[in-house]
Amino acid sequence: MLLLIGAMTIGLILSLLAMGVFISFRIFEFPDITADGSITLGGAVAAVLLVAHVNPVLATLAAFAAGAVAGSITGFINTRFGINRLLSGILVMTALYSVNLHVMGKSNVPLLSERTMASVADTWGQAVLGASTVNLAGWAVNVRDLSVLVCCVAIVAVVGALLYVFFRTNLGTAMQAAGDNAQMIRALGVNVDNMVVLGLALSNGLVAVSGALLTQYQGFADVQMGIGMVVWGLASIIIGEALVGVRQLGFIIVGAVMGSVLFRLLVAIALRGGLNPNDLKLMTAVFVFCALVLPGLVRRMKRPRPVAATN
Amino acid sequence: MLDIHHIHKTFNAGTPNEVRALQDVSLTIDEGSFVVVIGTNGSGKSTLLNAVAGSFIVDTGAIRLDGSDITAWSEHRRATKVGRVFQNPFSGTAPNMSIAENLALAARRGMKRGLGWALTRSVRDELRDRVRRLNMGLEDRLENPIGTLSGGQRQALTLVMASWIKPKLLLLDEHTAALDPKSADQVVQLSQDVIARDKLTALMVTHSMHQAALLGDRLVMMHRGAVIHDFSGSEKSRLRASDLLARFEDVRRADRLDESAAEMLRRTYV
Repeated sequence: MLLLIGAMTIGLILSLLAMGVFISFRIFEFPDITADGSITLGGAVAAVLLVAHVNPVLATLAAFAAGAVAGSITGFINTRFGINRLLSGILVMTALYSVNLHVMGKSNVPLLSERTMASVADTWGQAVLGASTVNLAGWAVNVRDLSVLVCCVAIVAVVGALLYVFFRTNLGTAMQAAGDNAQMIRALGVNVDNMVVLGLALSNGLVAVSGALLTQYQGFADVQMGIGMVVWGLASIIIGEALVGVRQLGFIIVGAVMGSVLFRLLVAIALRGGLNPNDLKLMTAVFVFCALVLPGLVRRMKRPRPVAATN
Repeated sequence: MLDIHHIHKTFNAGTPNEVRALQDVSLTIDEGSFVVVIGTNGSGKSTLLNAVAGSFIVDTGAIRLDGSDITAWSEHRRATKVGRVFQNPFSGTAPNMSIAENLALAARRGMKRGLGWALTRSVRDELRDRVRRLNMGLEDRLENPIGTLSGGQRQALTLVMASWIKPKLLLLDEHTAALDPKSADQVVQLSQDVIARDKLTALMVTHSMHQAALLGDRLVMMHRGAVIHDFSGSEKSRLRASDLLARFEDVRRADRLDESAAEMLRRTYV
């Protein structure tokens, strides 16, 4: 039960990462590696502010702003200087490693007794339930874990809804169109470069919030915490798309959340089943590889002779 | 309305692939005029249209539209004044977005896009009306991704989008070239209707002699990056497709003459 709650909580937190990766990879088809750096940046900014006794909500919002700046730098050097998309992300991600060390001042910032979103949720949960453990379907569950989970559900629901609403506005539809058909939206008077910058800012802002929440949940920020996170987000989206099967924005957002939680559950089960934690990133990469290659292979096997592409 | 003033454009300048696409083209189009541009392959007719749309900035010369000097304007800025339909039916619409969303995007062409709801009730009602007028039965499929429609349907919708907010200038770039004959006729008819109804100023490039003879009140023939003929008024209305073919034959003969003359001179003097 503890395993389940923990996996769901982390899955929900990382679903914000998945939403961010969805904006860059799916809406803009922009392979934005910045996310590996900006998730750590979010964690670092939040941790440092929390140590300085800043309100946890403000610290999380500051993480969003920091991530947004990182993302817009990637967008800026890609659109203004014509640097390859992948390379733009790699440059900013590499630079962020130093930035993160400077922000934290060391490679790891622990949050021991600081007031975090997790501790606030714990306080509220204990106030509501009046106990520190609660019986849930026969298991004694720590109220802290439960209230953090509830808090994460609420945050993810709000962020997901905001994102959905955003993509229904004039600005949001223009952003989608900029990714879908740049020529078309340019002819309708939209500056596509600005849309890319804005989109990457939003994407990395979400990723940084994910990092900030992860830091508050696990109680520390670490300069290494971002490694391989883009692939993780991509895996969540792929699972999500398979789960919902509909290419509609609302469904894709819900799918990303479901995919992230499910993927984290699978990982937790695999780890408990004896998977060496050192192999985790390898398995994630192999999984994403298979998810990208298999659908094409299956299609080719179903149709032995190549058919002319019709569009 | 549109004043193209001695524009030049050379692609890949200084390389073996140098193409002098536009060589000193000047053209003035009056408000409400519907100008058809024809020309041989590589004559610069589409380049001329792209120069006006802002796909690239011309090397020299000036372009004025509706009282503003737009020579240095970016493509998206020109879109405040220019509506555009592309040759490729897939270029004018965002395939993964719904018909309604595509049209709503066009309803704000060149306007600021903030956090207002894109598909308000009034926009939705209006776009249903406009789509119904196409008589393609698309008004019941507004939520479908536009990528599921045929080329002809998408081109018709692109035309609706380009003219949703009355453009100062409508650019049609061989917009029926990629369509089957029936859809092409439909889109031509629709173009004519829209231009007549809204009294639009239009510049249309076509490869079809038939369309060139039939449409518009002025006809410009281009060859090797320059305007070689300009018919308007009664002269234009008397033109038939066969006359245009004859003109092209003249051009071809002159070209051959150039070559054979060069060959003769070379043999004599080199």
